[in-house]
Amino acid sequence: MFPNAFEYQSPTSLDEAVALLVEHGYEAKILAGGQSLLPMMKLRVAAPTVLVDLGRVPGLDARTENDRELSLGAMTRHASLEWDEDLWARYPLLRETAAWIADPLVRNRGTMAGSLAHADPAADWGAALLALHGSVTVDGPNGSRRVGADDFFVDVFTTRLEPDEVLTAVHIPRPEHDVFATHLKLERKVGDFAVVAVSLQVEIDGDGRIRRPGIGLAGVGPTSLHATAAASLLEGQPLSLELIREAAAKASAATDPASDRRGSADFKRDMVRLFVERGLRSIESRFDEGRRRSA
Amino acid sequence: MALETTELRPLGKSIKRKEDARLVRGQGRFLDDIKLPRMLYLALVRSPYAHARIVGIDTARARALPGVHLVLTGEDLAKLNLAWMPTLAGDKQMVLATDKVLFQYQEVAAVIADTRALAEDGAALVEVTYDPLPVVVDPRRALEPDAPVLRDDREQRDNHIFHWEVGERAATDEALRASAVVVKESIRMPRVHPAPVEPCGCIADYDGAMGKLTWYVTSQAPHAHRTVLAMVAGLPEHKIHVISPDVGGGFGNKVPVFPGYVAAIVGSISLGRPVKWVETRTENLTSTNFARDYFMDVELGADDKGRVTALKVTTVADHGAFDAAADPTKYPAGLFSIVTGSYDFPTAFAEVDAAYTNKAPGGIAYRCSFRVTEASFLIERAMNSLALKLGVDPADLRFQNFIGSDRFPYDSPLGWTYDSGNYAATLNRALDMIDYRALRQEQAERRARGEFMGIGISTFTEIVGAGPSQSFDILGIKMFDSCEIRVHPTGKVIARLGTRHQGQGHETTFAQIIAEELGLSTEDVLVEEGDTDTAPYGLGTYASRSTPTAGGAAALAARRVRDKGRKIAAHLLEVSDDEVEWDGQRFYAAGAPEHAVSMAEVSLAAYTNLPAGMEPGLEATFYYDPPNLTFPNGAYVAVVDIDKGTGEAKVRRFVAVDDCGTVINPMVVEGQIHGGLTEGFAIAFMQEIAFDEDGNCLAPNFTEYLVPTAVEAPKWETDRTVTPSPHHPIGAKGVGESPNVGSPAAFANAVMDALSPLGVTNLDIPLFPWKIWEVLRQHGVTE
Repeated sequence: MFPNAFEYQSPTSLDEAVALLVEHGYEAKILAGGQSLLPMMKLRVAAPTVLVDLGRVPGLDARTENDRELSLGAMTRHASLEWDEDLWARYPLLRETAAWIADPLVRNRGTMAGSLAHADPAADWGAALLALHGSVTVDGPNGSRRVGADDFFVDVFTTRLEPDEVLTAVHIPRPEHDVFATHLKLERKVGDFAVVAVSLQVEIDGDGRIRRPGIGLAGVGPTSLHATAAASLLEGQPLSLELIREAAAKASAATDPASDRRGSADFKRDMVRLFVERGLRSIESRFDEGRRRSA
Repeated sequence: MALETTELRPLGKSIKRKEDARLVRGQGRFLDDIKLPRMLYLALVRSPYAHARIVGIDTARARALPGVHLVLTGEDLAKLNLAWMPTLAGDKQMVLATDKVLFQYQEVAAVIADTRALAEDGAALVEVTYDPLPVVVDPRRALEPDAPVLRDDREQRDNHIFHWEVGERAATDEALRASAVVVKESIRMPRVHPAPVEPCGCIADYDGAMGKLTWYVTSQAPHAHRTVLAMVAGLPEHKIHVISPDVGGGFGNKVPVFPGYVAAIVGSISLGRPVKWVETRTENLTSTNFARDYFMDVELGADDKGRVTALKVTTVADHGAFDAAADPTKYPAGLFSIVTGSYDFPTAFAEVDAAYTNKAPGGIAYRCSFRVTEASFLIERAMNSLALKLGVDPADLRFQNFIGSDRFPYDSPLGWTYDSGNYAATLNRALDMIDYRALRQEQAERRARGEFMGIGISTFTEIVGAGPSQSFDILGIKMFDSCEIRVHPTGKVIARLGTRHQGQGHETTFAQIIAEELGLSTEDVLVEEGDTDTAPYGLGTYASRSTPTAGGAAALAARRVRDKGRKIAAHLLEVSDDEVEWDGQRFYAAGAPEHAVSMAEVSLAAYTNLPAGMEPGLEATFYYDPPNLTFPNGAYVAVVDIDKGTGEAKVRRFVAVDDCGTVINPMVVEGQIHGGLTEGFAIAFMQEIAFDEDGNCLAPNFTEYLVPTAVEAPKWETDRTVTPSPHHPIGAKGVGESPNVGSPAAFANAVMDALSPLGVTNLDIPLFPWKIWEVLRQHGVTE
């Protein structure tokens, strides 16, 4: 567990960080929380010659919220999303997801943006960002651009980020109706990457109809997947067992899992079906419960 | 559990562990804490191939790296006649490969440098050219006539290592033919790894001026290691000083000698500087041993009333590339012949054929008294299948077939004499604790609702404490163990033993034995182990042997001290020797208990006021050769609920009732049980060192080799029955391994019990959720 020799850079501005990336290109890696990168370096799976630490770049831990969206700076740690009660009511999926990530030690250090940029197809945040219809801000030598979650993930460990770009913020649309979310995960032990995970968020309007549904999937393809066909089935409909089953089947059909020691492709596909079904049914019962209470 | 505060007469009390004062403060001194002046670091170059011819090794770039002091290859070692080393099993093993490699991660070259990171950089610069060869990963394939011969260093032109058998083959076959019912199962106990938190490592420090080697090493058997080193390296034994500092878990992993040790010693002798080698987690999981890997076919017969008639077990054992199993020399399949378990079999037969494969060498006795875990798993799984076939309750079947408590000492059909036990009482206690009959009622109701709930029982008998000298030795050295006690003038004691604890609590439990015998407090007794210059010779700590052997030696050495103390007491009390009585704390004159002296007073007199003609001092040494092994037993009951959606088996309850004879410290025993149960849980549900068809190890780190945390581990409910060993000086048996030996079958039996309505009797462990899901899916009963 001994990394290759590397140079450590600790820029104090975003421009400086980008300049370092421009200078070193593929030889450089950005260090945020280090919870994936450092173990990979210790195993010499990753061997960057330059580490660019974002820890001293001011402003990257900022959080802003307006009528349209919540913006989380790149250095936002998993733990702050798990424990900040202020976010729970409007953005429940953040907490639901954060609590599933690794263990408390990792959550104290690791960042949501780092996880997204790392793009492990079994990661929880990728699935969650898709379910949230989120987007990211990317800064590089040519300025700043916004990339939607649906466009961001390209392949295993590969995103739209260029080697000289930094993912600087994550954006999540502000719900317009009552919001329900859940994150379901099959893991072999606590802290494990998902065998299969399903991230679900729906809004339900005053007529009991689903708005802006999102179904993100982890561990069942080369990237985090968005079960868009299943989600569009739900749009504008009231939840019913029949609809839930149909959506679950559609979500399952949208996957492309690999057979491995965590389970066969069939098994993983069925876990997607199961979790979408279980997740939506739990949302349905919470919604019904809320109605009964207010009635 | 409440801690008892009275420490006089400490035997049987939950006294806080003395060693924890330093261990829980982070003040232990482990191998990697030791840094010597001018110390260098060693890293190993390992093979990426499971089987390949070595075309060439180019070390030039590594040698040229600033900070690299030495690069060793097999060719260098061959000049010293050290390219190969003998294994404990009588085979030989490559230290650094010369002609070819036989498993992935095999040691090929060693690089010694100023820092560990530089040594790793140097290792990355060693260029090895390989020519890949056909790979054999399945031992059953290895034994086929057309399989590639892996070990071309042997005259024998196949992959067969040994055939071992015990019992009556013909009589067993005949009894099976005559049986009303015969169950057959193929039971696999997969390859696992003990994975101690502290991996293996050493520091070799050769002093050229004095010709003395000081060798710090993570060792469960420092004396045996010294002797092996003297034999292999040709160093004089009195000039080898082995120090095994605090050891962070062993579980059998730290019994053998590994190539990294030899390379570090050669490096230190060559360079005249201390050389440290500490393996990484990946190196630990992939190269320094494994456990289990038995493929067992069983036939178990019973009459129409359910009484067992015969047991036949045919086994193929995967020993990897070199037979580096750590078994007593006369027992190539360890104590697998305990396979008849707790049941009264009229006849039995067992055989094992061992094979070479392109996998890491082994296998060691992982928290197991030499293949006892494999045997217990086999018989407990087979009894479960018999109960299913007969349609009887598995608890009732066991009660019906137990060796009765009136049958001890009991001669088993495969040659052991069980010392003691009360199996029915132990199982009854477990069933009472878990309210077994109510659970069966609940299960019937759940089954009617289409739910899958299972109750698994394991009533195992272990065989530990190797062992009696007439049959137990390692490389000829008898498996006794020893204790030396020195009582100082103020009544304070230093005791040294030939064992080496790795977390078992010897500094407390052996102090309790000695303090009990001498009428002292545990605070008065300092226990030291692990330094071959100071401790008496012994074979070490593994196979649950420390209390049965060294624990016996401790009691008997203390009694020798007390015997001399009695004579001194007679002198002080001014009575004759035979008028002195001992009340457990004091000597007193017969008939006058107020006329008494304490051991502290006797100790002072041993140095100041002796009877005429008596040799001064108060010391004793005892080398204890146990007359028999000890046979701990237990009754474990697991309750699982199957998630019909995911296939996960959730352990709802687990009750463990153990009988290890006299209990020295209930808290220490409970700790041992908790640890071993957690390991057994992992073996049943999470762990396997698996390989792909090219021999690539699929579990080379803790991301893939899963170690349970408190989150996964069920809540353990423990209790005990006490049936003392009749031959052990204090009636104690070993206990460290029982939970690992006994629990995997309880978990697996619970899952099979849950799935039995589907006609399922056997699934291979580890019982990953997908395996159970596939069964549910086949039967169309998934959620």
